[in-house]
Amino acid sequence: MMDGDKMEITKNGFPDDRSETGEKDPNQTGIKVMKTECADSETEIQKAVKKLQSRRRFTQKFLFGLFRCAALVNGLALLIIVFFMLKNGISAITWEFLTDVPRESMTKGGILPCIVGTVLMSLGGILVAMPIGVASAVHLNEYARPGKMLRIIRLGINNLAGVPSVVFGLFGLAFFVTFLKMGVSLAAGALTLGALTLPVIIGSTEEALKSVPNTYREASLGLGASKWQTIYRVVLPAAMPGILTGGILGLSRAAGETAPIMFTAAVFFTPDLPSSVFSEIMALPYHIYVLATAGTNIEATRPLQYGTSLVLISLVLGMNLVAIIWRSRLRRKLK
Amino acid sequence: MNEKVKDKSKKNGFKMKSENLDFFYGDFQALHDISLNFESRQVTALIGPSGCGKSTYLRCLNRMNDLIPISRVKGKVLLDGENIYDPSLDVVMLRRRVGMVFQKPNPFPKSVSENVAYGLRVNGIKNKSFIRERVEESLEKAALWEEVKDRLDDSALGLSGGQQQRLCIARALAVEPDVLLMDEPASALDPIATQKIEELIHRLKKNYTIIIVTHSMQQAARVSDRTAFFYMGKLIEEGETDTIFTRPKLRQTEDYITGRFG
Repeated sequence: MMDGDKMEITKNGFPDDRSETGEKDPNQTGIKVMKTECADSETEIQKAVKKLQSRRRFTQKFLFGLFRCAALVNGLALLIIVFFMLKNGISAITWEFLTDVPRESMTKGGILPCIVGTVLMSLGGILVAMPIGVASAVHLNEYARPGKMLRIIRLGINNLAGVPSVVFGLFGLAFFVTFLKMGVSLAAGALTLGALTLPVIIGSTEEALKSVPNTYREASLGLGASKWQTIYRVVLPAAMPGILTGGILGLSRAAGETAPIMFTAAVFFTPDLPSSVFSEIMALPYHIYVLATAGTNIEATRPLQYGTSLVLISLVLGMNLVAIIWRSRLRRKLK
Repeated sequence: MNEKVKDKSKKNGFKMKSENLDFFYGDFQALHDISLNFESRQVTALIGPSGCGKSTYLRCLNRMNDLIPISRVKGKVLLDGENIYDPSLDVVMLRRRVGMVFQKPNPFPKSVSENVAYGLRVNGIKNKSFIRERVEESLEKAALWEEVKDRLDDSALGLSGGQQQRLCIARALAVEPDVLLMDEPASALDPIATQKIEELIHRLKKNYTIIIVTHSMQQAARVSDRTAFFYMGKLIEEGETDTIFTRPKLRQTEDYITGRFG
């Protein structure tokens, strides 16, 4: 019935229909109005969407492009630095350069004492800072009751992170070198670098501890483990990859610092490799600084400067690589 | 030791009980005057709408709430007649006797066997063959041995959710607890895994006193001997599960059980 009616309507067209049957009339117009309204509003929305869509697409493309550029700048910067140093420094890198001591007012010879000095000192700094930093972070995150004391300690750590490195150098000079009578030495430099990297290590260790789910702690305590057993057997292993990341960052930072070691450990020139922790040492960053600013013949040592920088960067990257491999191995073990 | 424990529980009639227990988060009182008895080798279900305090109450029974710095407890919880909130009591020893299984399966990121062995190791057991036997025994009790016997050294995180939860139960059983607290142990699991856990609870009650918090009324009806209904931090009604579900004394209980609120 209904279908038939509709067929007729479509056949006859609206005007005829209206004149024929008055009953259907309002119904039909009603439908018609609704239809047009519907169609109108649809096109309205469609229009708006279309307009927005093109704008949205543009905004998205533009912003993501911008972000990509920002990311590229990072890579590019590293690339340029490495390229520049390779170009200028690779000619200086010889077996002799890596294994000999500096000769003829440092215009010839090698940089072995600097390499040894930097490796020993930064490793020493990390060895000092890791236990203290990790222990502090464990205390702050696992034991300390929230309160005024905790806030003050945190404030202190945050401020420590903001202290310029040259101030650490002066502190090292006043405290380790003079007050503790260590003299200008490997030990004083390592301790100063340790103090410098402490906030980095505390910060990343705390983050790592926070990321350990509380359910691990509850499960362990629920089995009759003490708080210390829980931290030692469950929390620290789970946080280890994150803690190592902090160590890596600290190590890189320690190896590259110049200001903190120039008053505390590094000297202008010493042909001897360090014989004890109280020996004066040469260090790569300071050596670069000396060659570039205070040598007798600055121009003649240009290749040596770039060569030394290249060695320093390779050293830092190498140490990072070792730590990163170690970290990913730990992560795999946790899965 | 076991006989002595049995004697004690006989003398009191109950394995565990709370007397006038109040619990506070800061100024907020989360539990009001809860007195409840748990009979040995029975399953007690705690039911009630979200936020009614049933989980909080459960966590008072092994002092897991101690971890919340601003919390405070008043009243007594007795385990074999001994108040677990007595300052001279070692909370670490208590938690070995009152094991806990959590809502979300939470195995450690260690191997399957190390997960079960963990409780033994922290309690000072070093004998390797004893640990190996106990690991197998616990996994068998938790109905998981057949599924994992070839992958004991694989990471526990590779197991399915249901297997992980049974592993957590095995881990809890390994240290020979007297009481097993279960905080919605099946709520994160699919129906088949849930059924396995429920069968397991049925089998475990021959040897353990089990207290289970559950959101599912059907689950409470299926697994428990007694049921306690909590509402707004108060214990409203407690009794035989059959009675609670068929002839509750109070209107509130009936309304909740028939699904009129909550």
